[in-house]
Amino acid sequence: MKKIINAPERVVAEMLRGMELAHSGLIRVIHDFGVVVRADAPVQNKVALVSGGGSGHEPTHGGYVGFGMLDAACAGAVFTSPTPEQMLEATKAVDGGAGVFYVVKNYTGDVLNFEMAGELADAEGIQTDYVVTNDDVAVEDSTFTAGRRGIAGTIFVHKIAGAAAQDGKDLAGVKEIAQRANANMRSMGMALTSCIPPESGEPIFEIGDEEMEIGMGIHGEPGVERKKIEPADQIVDEMLGKILGDTVNFSGSEVAVMVNGLGATPIMELYLAYAHVADVLKREGVQVWGRPYVGEYMTSLEMAGFSITLLKLDDEMKGYLEAPCSVAAGRPF
Amino acid sequence: MGATRDTLSVIQEMATAMEEHRRHLTQLDSEIGDGDHGNNMHRGFQAALERLAATNPETPSDILKSCSMALINKVGGAAGPLYGTAFLRASTALSEKEELSAEDVAAAIEAAAAGVKQRGKSEVGDKTMVDALEPAARAAKEAASSGKGVGEVLRAAADSAGEGAGATVPLTANRGLASYLGARAAGHMDPGARSSYLLLDAAARALGA
Ligand SMILES: Nc1ncnc2c1ncn2[C@@H]1O[C@H](COP(=O)(O)OP(=O)(O)O)[C@@H](O)[C@H]1O
Ligand SMILES: [Mg+2]
Repeated sequence: MKKIINAPERVVAEMLRGMELAHSGLIRVIHDFGVVVRADAPVQNKVALVSGGGSGHEPTHGGYVGFGMLDAACAGAVFTSPTPEQMLEATKAVDGGAGVFYVVKNYTGDVLNFEMAGELADAEGIQTDYVVTNDDVAVEDSTFTAGRRGIAGTIFVHKIAGAAAQDGKDLAGVKEIAQRANANMRSMGMALTSCIPPESGEPIFEIGDEEMEIGMGIHGEPGVERKKIEPADQIVDEMLGKILGDTVNFSGSEVAVMVNGLGATPIMELYLAYAHVADVLKREGVQVWGRPYVGEYMTSLEMAGFSITLLKLDDEMKGYLEAPCSVAAGRPF
Repeated sequence: MGATRDTLSVIQEMATAMEEHRRHLTQLDSEIGDGDHGNNMHRGFQAALERLAATNPETPSDILKSCSMALINKVGGAAGPLYGTAFLRASTALSEKEELSAEDVAAAIEAAAAGVKQRGKSEVGDKTMVDALEPAARAAKEAASSGKGVGEVLRAAADSAGEGAGATVPLTANRGLASYLGARAAGHMDPGARSSYLLLDAAARALGA
């Protein structure tokens, strides 16, 4: 393992310290609990948004804390859900009296821990509710799985629900639009390489030099198929085929498009992939709305690979995607 | 007093087991999950020991509750809330009791298993810790009703949990990260079922059984 770290067990704490120093006007960190909060939290009479999950997905989650997006993010150990204790601390730090809304990705650990946090917050008299995102079409949502996973599309939910809360929607209103965004988005990822969590020091899975995994999850969960690597256009065709073939009908609609790098994919390759995404969408009668989101939004340490997300928009969601926000992971300049 | 001391040594023994088997549990989890189960459990039980040392709970129920809070707060992942719930339910089942009968212990294991099933929405055969805990609860109940002592009840529970964990090997998973593997999960033991066995085995050994 070759990493720019001091000690594996201090990686998350030291990252948070760096984030706080780099973005001091925007966020502060509750170090004892690994919680990033908006510098001006709690914002009175606004629904507060809290998200969180394992570390190693940066800029998810702390990078989305700030005006117009999240009020707090809980940083778990690498690839491990944060705990109810962290979530409760975040909840108390950001509650401005209008309730706290959790954006939770669909992994058993994340869901169970946020559910417990909600029960603990209830006991302290703070009203909470949550949405569970599950945009990944790589797995079937059946009784034989833990359900579809939440991946990069979750960032759209952060943005839309965050802007809705900033706009003054109440807890039920924020929940409604978060669910609406989740119901209208589909994602799919792929990977060329594995990644190495610092504490174990071992790659989380093996993959051959010539191989790729289509449908790879953000913690290295397997996807649809392991096979020999193909040209970029063919990979994009397969991923989009699965997304467009799913239950949301994107054709004829305006759609927000994200091409998200998993950590070790050159931006060059992301744009190259986007070029074919744009061609296919045009052919399929899907209209790309605004400026597409090409870059690193939700990574998996140093994994090489990318994901594609499509979100079918309505006027309200468009307004919230466009609304101003100020977060560490904002687009440069 | 005896039951309090015994409960403390049970937790101590569990913590030692989680330390000893940390690597193996993590290994099992990297085969069909995300490779953190051993680390998670070790972190949680170290936190439980610290919390017990700091708070000095005086009844078996309070010890289990303290342990539950440490697990909920420090483990993370799926196992944190699941084991946290297990210990919390066991604590509730024993509330107010200063001495423990074999029936009490069996009831606590049964409550723990039921708590995990409820929170995880899982059943035997889903290839989770429930595959170890539910047979353990049944065996404990049988042992208690046939007049066995506390140690023997725990031993019966541990042995059945061990068989249950072994029986997860050929299965595909319906819950947790392993469920995404489909057929590829077969041929591997579920890490949570294994840790459930190890915890019950540690409890039995703490009482000399
Ligand atoms: N829904 C569930 N019900 C019961 N047990 C579960 C469930 N989901 C996961 N588990 C158990 O949790 C174990 C994994 O724990 P751990 O690795 O610590 O958490 P995570 O899966 O979040 O990484 C699995 O081996 C399984 O026994
Ligand atoms: Mg795990």
